[in-house]
Amino acid sequence: MESNTRYWDSIIKPRSSLFDLQLMDVWRYRDLLLMFVKRDFISLYKQTILGPLWFLIQPIFTMTVYVIIFGGFARIPTEGVPAPLFYLLGILTWSYFLDCLNKTSNVFRENQSIFGKVYFPRLIMPLSIVLSSLVRFGIQLFLFLLVFIYFWSTGSDIGPNSYILIFPIFILCTACLGMGLGMIVSAMTTKYRDIAYLVAFGSQLLMYATPVVYPLSFVPEKYKPIIAANPMTQVIEGVRFGLLGKGHFELMNLLYLGVISVLVLLIGILTFKQVEKTFVDTI
Amino acid sequence: MSNVVIDVKGLGKAYQLGQFSTGTLANDVKRWWALSRGKEDPFLKIGEANDRSKKGDSDIVWSLKDISFDIKQGDSVGIIGRNGAGKSTLLKVLSHVTSPTTGVVKVKGRIASLLEVGTGFHPELTGRENIFLNGAILGMSKLEIKSKFDEIVDFSGVERYIDTPVKRYSSGMYVRLAFAVAAHLESEILIVDEVLAVGDAEFQKKCLGKMGHISKGEGRTVLFVSHNMSAVTNLCTQGIVLRNGQMEFNGSIQGAMQSYLQQFSESQTQVNYTPETGPGNESARLLMAKVSGAKKKDVLRINESLLLEFELAVNKQFSGECLDITYHLVDELGNLVFVATTDSHIDCKGKFKTAASCVIPPNLMNTGIYNISRLLLVRNKGQVLTEFNDIIQFELVEQEKQELGWRGQKEGIVKPDLKWVIS
Repeated sequence: MESNTRYWDSIIKPRSSLFDLQLMDVWRYRDLLLMFVKRDFISLYKQTILGPLWFLIQPIFTMTVYVIIFGGFARIPTEGVPAPLFYLLGILTWSYFLDCLNKTSNVFRENQSIFGKVYFPRLIMPLSIVLSSLVRFGIQLFLFLLVFIYFWSTGSDIGPNSYILIFPIFILCTACLGMGLGMIVSAMTTKYRDIAYLVAFGSQLLMYATPVVYPLSFVPEKYKPIIAANPMTQVIEGVRFGLLGKGHFELMNLLYLGVISVLVLLIGILTFKQVEKTFVDTI
Repeated sequence: MSNVVIDVKGLGKAYQLGQFSTGTLANDVKRWWALSRGKEDPFLKIGEANDRSKKGDSDIVWSLKDISFDIKQGDSVGIIGRNGAGKSTLLKVLSHVTSPTTGVVKVKGRIASLLEVGTGFHPELTGRENIFLNGAILGMSKLEIKSKFDEIVDFSGVERYIDTPVKRYSSGMYVRLAFAVAAHLESEILIVDEVLAVGDAEFQKKCLGKMGHISKGEGRTVLFVSHNMSAVTNLCTQGIVLRNGQMEFNGSIQGAMQSYLQQFSESQTQVNYTPETGPGNESARLLMAKVSGAKKKDVLRINESLLLEFELAVNKQFSGECLDITYHLVDELGNLVFVATTDSHIDCKGKFKTAASCVIPPNLMNTGIYNISRLLLVRNKGQVLTEFNDIIQFELVEQEKQELGWRGQKEGIVKPDLKWVIS
């Protein structure tokens, strides 16, 4: 008999080694990845009149409310940046993270009917979520651009600096963090769902531990290290610094952010891979 | 043996029964602790064979146990067994959807599995978009789908609706489109689970034809699960029989069919239960079911009448409502022979024991093994209160004095006693 493993194309065993990530398999299914992204995009606003405009209406409303509540009533400073612009950038970046996190953490439960019937690399699903959200984020950036041009041409003291070049890295880190954390949560909730409920409202509260509605400089010195330890703080401060020229960011922060993001993503993928093989039996 | 494409060794799959909640958490911790010290899983030791009708002592059942076989290139293998025998679990493990608990499966070539038609169809997308999506889910590349697109649409016969969202499709059209995509997969191994029980007769014939073409014409390896025995015998050359998670037979399809039918031939012409332990639910429980022959009680002949008797304990009050008893009689291939319902309503005042009996006239059914597949207690002619499955089986044998003509295998379900006039 063929005892050499080269002969076989795949071997199904109870457990495989921890670092067998089968990334080649993911590449082979890249067409499926794009189909899922397309499906998400097309199906989301079918039978609506405004269509993809809904991508923009949501942040506009949120921004307006924040300008009134946090800027108007609470009088939280925005470091000289026009309040709408300040909040909008925070909201967009944060909601991209939140989107990745929330959707990825439900990935097993939402897709159990597909996962239970067909094999394809399960990693395709979280990846498609991150990409779909990225498309949405990209469209929303146009809105930001419009608001930016308006304030810039009316003489506000804002302007991008060289850090704008690493903007894609910030977004990549956000995607890694959201997807990584989401995968850890999804892996922990296939059998017992308790943590899913915690994450659902916890992620809402987490926004207040991130400088979305306030600048980092507004935080009392005592709490600054805690807030700064949150990797999403570094993302939002860095993005603000690069695009608006306000705030505070150093290369050391970028290093910290990069290490944490890669670590979270790696742990996420490893736990996800451990669970994906048998979760259909317990979910 | 260079052409083995699937090699299965010592395959086992254990499932945990019941609900998952705080109670099962302690067990999970114990298991994790044992496994992390490199010990054997303590819960798998107490697992037992999967017999769904008997109450067990353990929460762990082996849906599959010690399954070993290999399949060669170009074989078409039928996997048969009764409900809960482990057929679907085996297909799930083979198609990579879930991992086995023990054992190894080695596969040569690409497997495409069709455990359900239309997996991943999105109701909001059009037929065209769904062909691409579903094809990609099943493992086809965009180019492959593009090159086969016209063929797929043609096979499905829904061309007119191809740019309409599939939620507007009739269920038949939906299934046609879904099967059409799957039928055009180009994998070396195809796994199909009872998907043919859909669509109208014309389309079923088309599907079977396509399957036959895949296995015989193109020489690809096909694994096929179905309760439709005639489809299995037509399509497959090899057969594997599963029973309660264990492999009972592996060999030619004829041998497999015989082994499968033997599971039924262990005739059980009478069952008795007590009111506490009988099958059923809180509405009613089965006390007794029995079939007997007119002359000799234990030999049932086709030219003699049969007496069927049932006894139920009804545990709820249904005053002023009408109750019926209905049963389905099927032959050994699962074909429904007839459905019979009590012709007068059962008197239902208070809790009571009810007995019903009927006579099946002589010269009605052919020889063979028959099974009361369902016995129903029906309320107000619509609501099924209790359903009992597979309660008794019996074998009808030839009459003592043989008639002229063919004496080989059974032909036809009915065998009426016809009066001939030859002039």
